[in-house]
Amino acid sequence: MNNFWIYMLVMFGVTYLIRVLPFVIFQKKIENKFVRSFLAYIPYTVLGAMTFPAVFYATGSVLTASAGVIVALVLAYRGKGLFEVAIFASLTAFLVALLPF
Amino acid sequence: MDEFKQGIKDGGAIGIGYFSVSFTFGIAAVASGLDWWQALVVSVMNVTSAGQFAGITIMSAAGSYIEMAISQFIINLRYALMSISLSQKVTREFHTPKKMLLGFCVTDEIFAVAMSREGEVSSKYFAGLIVLPILGWHLGTVSGAILGDVLPNNIVSALGLAIYGMFIAIVVPVTKKNRNVLLIVLLAVALSFCLYYLPGLNQISGGFAIIICAVIASAIGAWLFPVKEEAEEEETHE
Repeated sequence: MNNFWIYMLVMFGVTYLIRVLPFVIFQKKIENKFVRSFLAYIPYTVLGAMTFPAVFYATGSVLTASAGVIVALVLAYRGKGLFEVAIFASLTAFLVALLPF
Repeated sequence: MDEFKQGIKDGGAIGIGYFSVSFTFGIAAVASGLDWWQALVVSVMNVTSAGQFAGITIMSAAGSYIEMAISQFIINLRYALMSISLSQKVTREFHTPKKMLLGFCVTDEIFAVAMSREGEVSSKYFAGLIVLPILGWHLGTVSGAILGDVLPNNIVSALGLAIYGMFIAIVVPVTKKNRNVLLIVLLAVALSFCLYYLPGLNQISGGFAIIICAVIASAIGAWLFPVKEEAEEEETHE
């Protein structure tokens, strides 16, 4: 391993600038309708692309992960909160992994 | 003060979810050769999930500092998109010094919850919103680093789903209310599958792939279904 603190400085510097610079630079409301719409879709497209298909490999077994995803989708559709959905998805994957096949 | 309290309340679920995710990070950090306090330093100075996991992998492989910088840039570039989105939703009093302090805590979940708030986001609300997630993130890291060996493997791997469960819980309710968002999210997911599996395209690193999918899908969304003024705050009217 190289110097831990230099690694930290690099990670911190890059991550900080990525987050804070755009936040500070864009002071005014963007008027352009296309850009506004684009930005409105960003939260959901980012999360969607981050979740699928990576989620199927999150537990080390596509079967247990898929079971967890189905439970998460159903609970989220019924309006359950973040924590409930996360825990029941994990619990489902855990229980399915215990099944004898 | 009310705004701050409301923020704390809204951040609670993220905090508990983060505890379980950073617990697995703590375990992984110690397994890769870091001390428990070093794992905590990584969490305090970054507050990112994917970026931190990539970081400890590079450290344990004695990768170069350049490699570290590039990987963090690619994996975390999505935060730049989020910060631009958020900059359009904050109140006027959320001025530059506050942005420089609080902007560091833009994470996927904190961002998504802030954006789903009706109306504008004040600095007090945002400050409250980040309290419990950050507490959960740091406590989870230390707990995982110290207790990691005690937990059986099957529990740890099941916890790997927790962060995705949170993503799903954020996105699904919005797609239920707004059919346009549903179509655009499905498009982003379809693109993500393509970039993951298609030969050639699957050479693109994960961080870039997410940005490509999100940018293409959001641009098509903006073109086909432009959001009406104020409609972002009033999706129930759809």
